[in-house]
Amino acid sequence: MTSIYNRSLHRRSGDVSLSLFALLFAETVAYSQKHVKGVNELEERLNSLGYSVGYRMSELVMLREGKNGVRSIEILELMRDVHQNLWKALYGRSAHSLEKSRSEEDEYMIIDNNPIELTFISVPKDISQLSCAAFTAGIVEAALDGAQFPARVTAHSSGTDQFPQRTIYLVKFEPQVVEREASK
Amino acid sequence: MTSKPLKAVGEEVWKTKIDKVNAELVALTYGSLVAQLCRDFENNYDRVNEQLDKMGYNIGLRLIEDFLARSGIGRCSSFKDTAEVISKVGFKMFLNVVPRVSNWSADGKTFSLYIDDNPLADFVELPPQSENLWYSNIYCGVLRGALEMTQMQVHAEFVSDVLQGHAATEIKVQLLQILKDEIPAAEE
Repeated sequence: MTSIYNRSLHRRSGDVSLSLFALLFAETVAYSQKHVKGVNELEERLNSLGYSVGYRMSELVMLREGKNGVRSIEILELMRDVHQNLWKALYGRSAHSLEKSRSEEDEYMIIDNNPIELTFISVPKDISQLSCAAFTAGIVEAALDGAQFPARVTAHSSGTDQFPQRTIYLVKFEPQVVEREASK
Repeated sequence: MTSKPLKAVGEEVWKTKIDKVNAELVALTYGSLVAQLCRDFENNYDRVNEQLDKMGYNIGLRLIEDFLARSGIGRCSSFKDTAEVISKVGFKMFLNVVPRVSNWSADGKTFSLYIDDNPLADFVELPPQSENLWYSNIYCGVLRGALEMTQMQVHAEFVSDVLQGHAATEIKVQLLQILKDEIPAAEE
């Protein structure tokens, strides 16, 4: 009998329709909303759904790098990796920018002008602080945890006229990550 | 119906009119959702199946618009046509697979879709004691929702699934009745 283990992980599956993904995600948010109290719990739940996607996907990305797969051992390197390679593997393109916080040593920001999971999502006014991109924040958090750079990642909407869905993923590393980096 | 063979219509729509996303992202996201449902319903798989069907239904209600707008497919002349369109255009344009349509009943009201390469099942292995779980049951809801918006009330259910160790992945679709023009409400 064949099983998933007989299949090479290097064989990439193709594509499916973005509309289908966006509708599936919207329905996932609607379902999750019924099982939580308040915006924080909802974001927590979306984060954890993303987390389980992220730790599988980041492993797959690393594995597919094959012999060229070198692990990032510096924060900035790793953040570039996430911002480019992980994003490409997930969304077919890099995120739009990567910034280091000027005030906080342990904070970085990944900015996406147009997160694809938000394609069919509009947040009602009464819960306007909700960011459903908490899902992708969970993916990033899993990738960083898996790389032994534990961090807390949160998503914040910061729409502009041109990019109403623009989202900032705020990465806050655990103190030991920053200490380790400083002691190198 | 268009005069072009449906297979070619499906291919063309997929190539030229569809914004795409990595199938692995979708498979993993779906897997994450099913796992969450199993936790929420404490592995009561009948309830998980039911919830997936409901969510699929809500997706189907909206997906049909996308389908009609992008495919340009007109009214089907028979349920047989409908089955072919679902497979060669519907499945093709959303999932890039073309399930086999077969197993027609004598009255022409029931057929089966055989999905050989199920994109949702990528990376999936089911835990023991989950024989009642129809992992991809969301498909049944999507079919039900989408067809209801085109005035066909159907019942769709899984008959077998390779994830359960069966030889094939088969969804049975049965036409219950042709509806009058009414707009259904979303399900909770």
